[in-house]
Amino acid sequence: MALAQSKRPPTQIHLWQTNLATWWTILRICLEERLVYRGDFALGTLMRFLPIVTQIFLWGTIFETVSGKIAGYSYHDFIAYYLLTMVARAFSSMPGLASGIAAEIRDGTIKKYLIQPIDMIGFLLLNRLAHKLVYYGVAILPFALVFFLCREFFPALPDGETIFAFVLALLLSFLLGFFLEATIGLIGFWFLEVSSLLFIYMLFNFFFSGHMFPLDILPEPWNYLIEATPLQYLAYFPAAVWLGKVEGSQLIAALWLEAAWVAFFMITCRVAFNRGIKRYSGFGG
Amino acid sequence: MQTIEIERLSKTYRIYQKKEGLLASVQGLFTREYRQIEAVREINLSIAQGEFVAFLGPNGAGKTTTLKLLSGVINPTCGTAHVLGHIPWHRENAYRRRFALVMGQKNQLWWDLPAQESFRLHQQIYRIAPSTFDKTLNELVDLLKVHSLLNQPVRELSLGERMKMELIAAMLHSPEVLFLDEPTIGLDVVAQHNIQNFLRYYQDLRKITILLTSHYMKDVVALCQRVVIIAQGSIVHDGSLAEIVDRFSRYKIVTLLFAEDDLPQDLARYGEVIQLETPRAKLRIDRGVVTDVLAAILQKHPIQDVSVEDPPLEQVIAEMFSYAEQKVADQSVPETIK
Repeated sequence: MALAQSKRPPTQIHLWQTNLATWWTILRICLEERLVYRGDFALGTLMRFLPIVTQIFLWGTIFETVSGKIAGYSYHDFIAYYLLTMVARAFSSMPGLASGIAAEIRDGTIKKYLIQPIDMIGFLLLNRLAHKLVYYGVAILPFALVFFLCREFFPALPDGETIFAFVLALLLSFLLGFFLEATIGLIGFWFLEVSSLLFIYMLFNFFFSGHMFPLDILPEPWNYLIEATPLQYLAYFPAAVWLGKVEGSQLIAALWLEAAWVAFFMITCRVAFNRGIKRYSGFGG
Repeated sequence: MQTIEIERLSKTYRIYQKKEGLLASVQGLFTREYRQIEAVREINLSIAQGEFVAFLGPNGAGKTTTLKLLSGVINPTCGTAHVLGHIPWHRENAYRRRFALVMGQKNQLWWDLPAQESFRLHQQIYRIAPSTFDKTLNELVDLLKVHSLLNQPVRELSLGERMKMELIAAMLHSPEVLFLDEPTIGLDVVAQHNIQNFLRYYQDLRKITILLTSHYMKDVVALCQRVVIIAQGSIVHDGSLAEIVDRFSRYKIVTLLFAEDDLPQDLARYGEVIQLETPRAKLRIDRGVVTDVLAAILQKHPIQDVSVEDPPLEQVIAEMFSYAEQKVADQSVPETIK
């Protein structure tokens, strides 16, 4: 009986095992590749901390002339907010993803995904995951140091549920950032050059993700308008969760909405890819 | 059933025509003129299992477009093709695990990592069993003699070494059909020779079906029994290399070694003199009259040695290309539309 079973075609479990082995190999190779350029990588990691120093000085100077709070934020609140958006952006920002996809379409190297039995979007997602894992592995120490040095800016540690929601918001922001930028890159099938489009996106991202200022300091109705875009989940939302600005049923609803945005861009990305490759005419010989 | 079956396959590209100058660039923002390029025009072709076929033609003739169609990179405008029973542009994984495409220097290897890592990735994505993978890799590495290079980052390999690694990556899953687009481009003579030897040996061993495009006639002579010539998107010849020479070379090259030190002054009356190096003379003589001309020369002059050869293959192919392009141009309709 056991012998007869072993001769059966691959089962669902076996297929999953094979898929996992493939994904693990892709992840491992991407990790190895990320570790090749040590100098560039170390510099890139450290440079990320530079803006926070300028923010501390900037808001320190502003609050010397202002007593009390600005739009409900004290000096400490602002610094805590910027530190937390820095963590969020470490998950959601995808440097080089959209421009890389567009370049592969333009120069024809995208061919390899069409002739090999591999899904391009899945491959790029794993590649990006490897990218992030290596980054966290190296950046965790400087991050810990900065947070330790700035510990007085933070309120007391939030409860377990809030921390769980924060982590969930971060993971969803990674997926949202990935699928959003991948979709922009895939527009390259139609326009070939997406750098201007990407510039506009970056500009909107900078303002409307909460990277530049907390979105809730804006007056009505602007804050509602901005909170209706998916960009707020890339920086503002995780910080707001940690700082206890979104709680209870509002928090759960917001997490569902974030998940819905992720699903929306996942589907859009897939549709853009499927239509794009039909349109693709093999540029680049 | 044939391994590759192509019926009335066509691919038309729409290409933006930009005129020269700034004004034209500004106009291009509002109205654009496009030209339809018929890269492949209703071609029919059948290739049996185990054939090694050369696909020749001048630049822009449609060779690479055909390979892209057959490997499913692009969709055709009309017509059908079946490779191993699959329609390539449906891009089924079942098909993608059975063929490979190697395109010149466009690499599928990870630039910063040793080739060994890329091979390991191929093992996973092509679902190659570990024992089969080890056996095939060892065999390919031995044949191409690249054992010492496996752990060296790909970016530090020479062009020829990289091409060998590309071939290994393409062969690891033991494809039944192999599309090779100029695999020896840019390589030195030794590297070209190595790649040719490898391809000949491997094709003979595994009986895989290979479609090769190349501008090096030496590749074609060394490897292919059958030659398909394409010009301006249409197939203009399908047969053996010898047939091409018979059909398109109108001359023979006759080399005469005279017994006397003085060469005759009237050699030009026998044919076009292409080289004179006393006591040797080389003449280009019309194929139809070679025997008569030779008889006349031998009767009149003391000759020590004589050789009759076909002209260099490159020359025959060049003549064939210009004939083919003319033939297609005569038959075709105007291709520019707005």
